[in-house]
Amino acid sequence: MKSPFFDWIEALNFLLHTFKKVHGRGARMDTFKQEWFGNVRADILAGIVVGLALIPEALAFAFIVGVDPRVALYASFTIAVIISFVGGRPGLISAATGAMALVLVTLMANHGLEYVLAATILTGIIQFFLGLFGVAKLMRFIPNSVMLGFVNALGIMIFMTQMPYLIGFNTMTYLFAIITLILVYVIPRFLKIIPAPLVAIVVMTTIALLADINLQTIGDLGTMPNTLPTFFIPNIPMTFETLKIILPYALALSIVGLLESLLTSQVLDDMTDTESDKNKEARGQGIANFVNGFFGGMAGCALIGQSVINVKSGGRGRLSTFTAGIFLMFLIIVLGDIVAKIPMPVLVGVMIMVSMTTFNWGSFKFLKQAPKSESIVMITTVIIILYTQNLAIGVVIGVILSSLMFVGKISQVTVIKQNAEYKVQGPLFFASTTKFIQYFRHIEEGSIVINFIDSHLWDESAVGAILKVKHKLEEKGVQVRIVGLNSMSEQIYEQLK
Amino acid sequence: MRIAVAIDGSENALRAAKHSVYLVKHLPEAVLELIFVVDFDKVKDDYLLTQNKDSLLLEREKKIKPVILEAEKNDIATTVTILKGNPSQEIIRYVNSEPIDQLILGSRGLNLFQEMILGSVSHKVMKHVQCPVTIVK
Repeated sequence: MKSPFFDWIEALNFLLHTFKKVHGRGARMDTFKQEWFGNVRADILAGIVVGLALIPEALAFAFIVGVDPRVALYASFTIAVIISFVGGRPGLISAATGAMALVLVTLMANHGLEYVLAATILTGIIQFFLGLFGVAKLMRFIPNSVMLGFVNALGIMIFMTQMPYLIGFNTMTYLFAIITLILVYVIPRFLKIIPAPLVAIVVMTTIALLADINLQTIGDLGTMPNTLPTFFIPNIPMTFETLKIILPYALALSIVGLLESLLTSQVLDDMTDTESDKNKEARGQGIANFVNGFFGGMAGCALIGQSVINVKSGGRGRLSTFTAGIFLMFLIIVLGDIVAKIPMPVLVGVMIMVSMTTFNWGSFKFLKQAPKSESIVMITTVIIILYTQNLAIGVVIGVILSSLMFVGKISQVTVIKQNAEYKVQGPLFFASTTKFIQYFRHIEEGSIVINFIDSHLWDESAVGAILKVKHKLEEKGVQVRIVGLNSMSEQIYEQLK
Repeated sequence: MRIAVAIDGSENALRAAKHSVYLVKHLPEAVLELIFVVDFDKVKDDYLLTQNKDSLLLEREKKIKPVILEAEKNDIATTVTILKGNPSQEIIRYVNSEPIDQLILGSRGLNLFQEMILGSVSHKVMKHVQCPVTIVK
């Protein structure tokens, strides 16, 4: 006989099932499982590969900013681990990056590490709210000519930052950098599974140690961390003055970080034939940077190169990013002393390769084929970034310039005369009305027809211009008839006249 | 009989495709399949060089279109298979997993240095594909 207790369990079970169905929790749990454990073996392997590959770049980015390697390594660990939970694009690799490092250079030089960390935290807050307000939609307004200018300037800047570690030492320094550079390009031909930079670093460091060659090493420039990062609040005065210092940097970091992260998300979407939530990614970048700042890491974002390596190595899920972060920290704590022995010219060789892959070599073809306005936008973006040493300013000015050029391009309006009919071609709006009015200065006929069949009225100034032309001509005794307005133009005309 | 041709938008691939159309025309029972691989290493740069996703997809379509037109001109129906990854690996994996009887490839005009760095897709594919391979010069 069934006990009443049994019924109670059954009823509860039934309720639970209904709840799951109604709220679709079952489906959500499935996505969660899929994103984390849908590809376990490949994700872990790819994560290990990426974790290894992240180390040399993180070190180089630390030297770019002028901070201890710790600051970039902690950043890479914290960001990768946090974003694996909160990011919108599974498989995306985020860590310390060159683009963010370049923004931080002057802040570090003028105000020091505590301000760098404070700016990182503020960046996190800004990015989170931008994500909340749907910043991903704005990406549409950034034309690819600006993006090209951005990556090209970034490539050039990363290249330039390596020169101080190369020039003015000894012949061996040049030799090691050049051999490393050759190795990273030739190794992939024979060995595909392990990233070439790693093989090159291991080979060249071993040679340097065995032959006892006098080269500057990573250990000469900073100390390796031997503990996990810990929580602390940056020691800065909580004043308006401080905010005035860090806010411009935080804004620049937010723009640069989101730009690179959302671009990388799109690239991964295409590579994996899946969709991703870009606003969630923006919020995730915010959360990761916010936490990262409190754990002594510098601001970071998604890395295009490493994310591509991840996917190529088979990484698809959140577990790959998580593994990359954990493995990087594990390696540094265990092998920190060995990493410190890597000669700087070897790192420089690797970073020159990174700068060459960052630079878009198709741009030269682009300059030849693309419309002139787009070429101008791209070159201007590069020049402004290199001149101001600020990626964000270049992007903002590039976007403004391209919008102005777009307005210029579509403001071409012409009027063709057929008997007594004047046919307007091209859209009428604030930028094109002056030209339109000029056409109707000298009219000799007694009555004319203005045909708008190939035009479109966009705003009040369009209607204003038509009325102005009409009144001026009617004063001179010319009869004016308006025809051919499409329904939207008709509406705006009737509303505003 | 299933004949596949790998295309990448290059002149050489187009020549290979024309040859495949020619073959299919003379083999009444043969069907033609076009294989196009989106190279993982080029996705980033392709994204930067096109306006947005739609124009990128259009650019890819444009690389396949001439072959389809060539086939249509000869009254030959085609199917298109789009793969993503490393071109040689993907072609090998796909061709070996499908009942394809004959693979046709273009040879790429690389000089010795490029061949050393990049490796030749046609050479690698030829070595590892199990069905007969025709390389069109």
